[in-house]
Amino acid sequence: MNAMTQDQGLRTLSYAEAIREAMAIAMEADPTVILMGEDIGVYGGAFQVTLDLVDRFGPDRVMDTPISELGGAGVAVGAALTGLKPIFEFQFSDFAMLAMEQIVNQAAKLRYMLGGEASVPVVFRLPSGSGTGAAAQHSQSIEAWFGHVPGLKVLQPSTPEDAKGMLLAALADSDPVMIFEHKLLYKMKGHVPEGSYLTPIGKALVRRTGTDVTIVAGSIMLHRALEAAETLAGDGISAEVIDLRSIRPIDHETILASVRRTGRLMVVYEGVKAFGVGAEISAMVAESDAFDFLDAPILRLGAADAPVPYNPDLERASVPQVETILAAARRLSRREI
Amino acid sequence: MTKPDNRPFAIRSYAPEQLREALKRMYLIRRFEEGAEDSYMRGLIHGTMHLSIGQEASAVATCIALTDADRITSTHRGHGHCIAKGADVGRMFAEFFGKETGYCHGRGGSMHIADIKTGNLGANGIVGGGLPIAVGSALSAKRLGKPDVTICFFGDGANNEGAFHEALNMASVWKLPVVFVCENNGYGMSTSTARSTSVKHIAERAASYSMPGVTVDGNDFSAVAEAVHDAVARARAGDGPTLVENLTYRWRGHSKSDRNRYRSREEIEEWMARDPITRFRAELIAHGVLDDAAADAIAAAAVAEMEAGIEFAKAGPAPSPADVTRYVYAEV
Ligand SMILES: Cc1ncc(C[n+]2csc(CCOP(=O)(O)OP(=O)(O)O)c2C)c(N)n1
Ligand SMILES: [Mg+2]
Repeated sequence: MNAMTQDQGLRTLSYAEAIREAMAIAMEADPTVILMGEDIGVYGGAFQVTLDLVDRFGPDRVMDTPISELGGAGVAVGAALTGLKPIFEFQFSDFAMLAMEQIVNQAAKLRYMLGGEASVPVVFRLPSGSGTGAAAQHSQSIEAWFGHVPGLKVLQPSTPEDAKGMLLAALADSDPVMIFEHKLLYKMKGHVPEGSYLTPIGKALVRRTGTDVTIVAGSIMLHRALEAAETLAGDGISAEVIDLRSIRPIDHETILASVRRTGRLMVVYEGVKAFGVGAEISAMVAESDAFDFLDAPILRLGAADAPVPYNPDLERASVPQVETILAAARRLSRREI
Repeated sequence: MTKPDNRPFAIRSYAPEQLREALKRMYLIRRFEEGAEDSYMRGLIHGTMHLSIGQEASAVATCIALTDADRITSTHRGHGHCIAKGADVGRMFAEFFGKETGYCHGRGGSMHIADIKTGNLGANGIVGGGLPIAVGSALSAKRLGKPDVTICFFGDGANNEGAFHEALNMASVWKLPVVFVCENNGYGMSTSTARSTSVKHIAERAASYSMPGVTVDGNDFSAVAEAVHDAVARARAGDGPTLVENLTYRWRGHSKSDRNRYRSREEIEEWMARDPITRFRAELIAHGVLDDAAADAIAAAAVAEMEAGIEFAKAGPAPSPADVTRYVYAEV
């Protein structure tokens, strides 16, 4: 997690602080922005992301909801349909499953079903991912589920700067946006520009350039991939690391351009490997002209085919780590078609 | 001292012009749905449809309490709600026919007709789907400091969805300007309320959410109008939500696939004898709002409007297959 923190002299904030700053900026600028969620008021949110916003903006705009994910998400959808811009926090991304109806059947489809005559500018924030010992129902990475839903935008910030810029971009967007925040990143510090700025939705970013292998990763996996790339450089393997940032829409061009250069592709993600982000990216490459540039089969690294386990060693083993990325990248760079 | 006014609520509360318009809308709903059914039989409409024939008083008497700025959420059985809120039947038919000129440009069909501009937030294909959305709409009104009230139509079947309970609880906790209007037609598809619901009257459930709950004869225009009027006034005054239960009956099957094996011919006929349109028309005539000839003229005007609507729909252009992904996201 050090690759992104070498911003000496520049203002740094934690990922959580950056998100909070984005919410505060938006609420200052636009009285229609409200926050909704479980225990986001005086408690400050389960991960202390909203922290003291209730003191600044009051309980009418920082609304504690009952423990009603379906109803609460639906209220946010209805409010978005009629003039407010709600930011709805799921306490854990796992709980979005209780609200699938409102997210998938309503928010995502309303504009289309109504022939473009309605907008649902709602933002869902979802603390996500494993590594906290919270076991199978509080540790999932389900962002790919929503990648399957036309009408949604699905983002995954990996840095404090993006966490702020993506939230502001999501608020500026008139469609429903889901932002999967990684729980292990909340405390990570990094440079965050002052004021308002928008991180473009749907644009991946090459975080490290390289010539031998392309590693696509998002969220916390980006940091693991960057750390692995550093070690790989010592082995004489030059890895290009792309921060995916957006799962829907997905940035085909940045990935394809890189694959055409390196001829090798590895996709690293925290969701279950099967039917995930890696499948989508691999298929996208296989269907494109970049396929002709491949010197080795595409490699996917995702979570084990199991619920997230409790035991810390098992938990660690269940998702890609720096050493698994390293070993896989070494194998991949030796392999040929 | 003036004598107490013993006339029915609607007669003493609304201008003759409004009452005639209400009768017109009830006829229009009936004729629209018959026209839709007929078009379906003739293969002009595909998919399915849920007809509200027999439930017209519930839709129109509820919406007579509303201003144009007030909003509604509707259900899969929503044609009546749309027309009651002022929708144009030509654009509704066009939607049925899948045309660009339809309310949803042919993308939604019968189950998604909406007109955001006139406060109709839309029918819904998901039972209970509109309940939290209506609460969100009421939250908007409250936050934005507007006097608008949201009416949430839903069926007796929807009252067993978790969304119903979550929505009523939040509306009550936050004292939001929303009125929950349950159209209890006795069945969710084939399953009677007796077999599905632990309370006799759905309005009893209001007690759990500390709001008034009233059950009325949903085929009696005045009874519905009065209950909803009181609920809307309460909502507008900032006193929070109300649950109104309109007891009514759908004459037709649940949808096009229904073989009516869960109810008797006698039961259907008994309810058909309580036709809400016949009753309202008789009430208007009895109180001198109009005479028989004027009522016939209104009924004839509804037929003409329905027929013109079908012609409008037929003439409209179909969407281009090249536009299949249009409207998924905002166009920038
Ligand atoms: C969540 C969900 N479950 C089931 C259905 C299928 N379905 C459509 S309408 C209906 C009956 C609904 O009954 P009720 O709420 O009483 O409305 P009514 O049809 O009587 O007007 C059912 C089961 C659905 N559309 N959505
Ligand atoms: Mg019913």
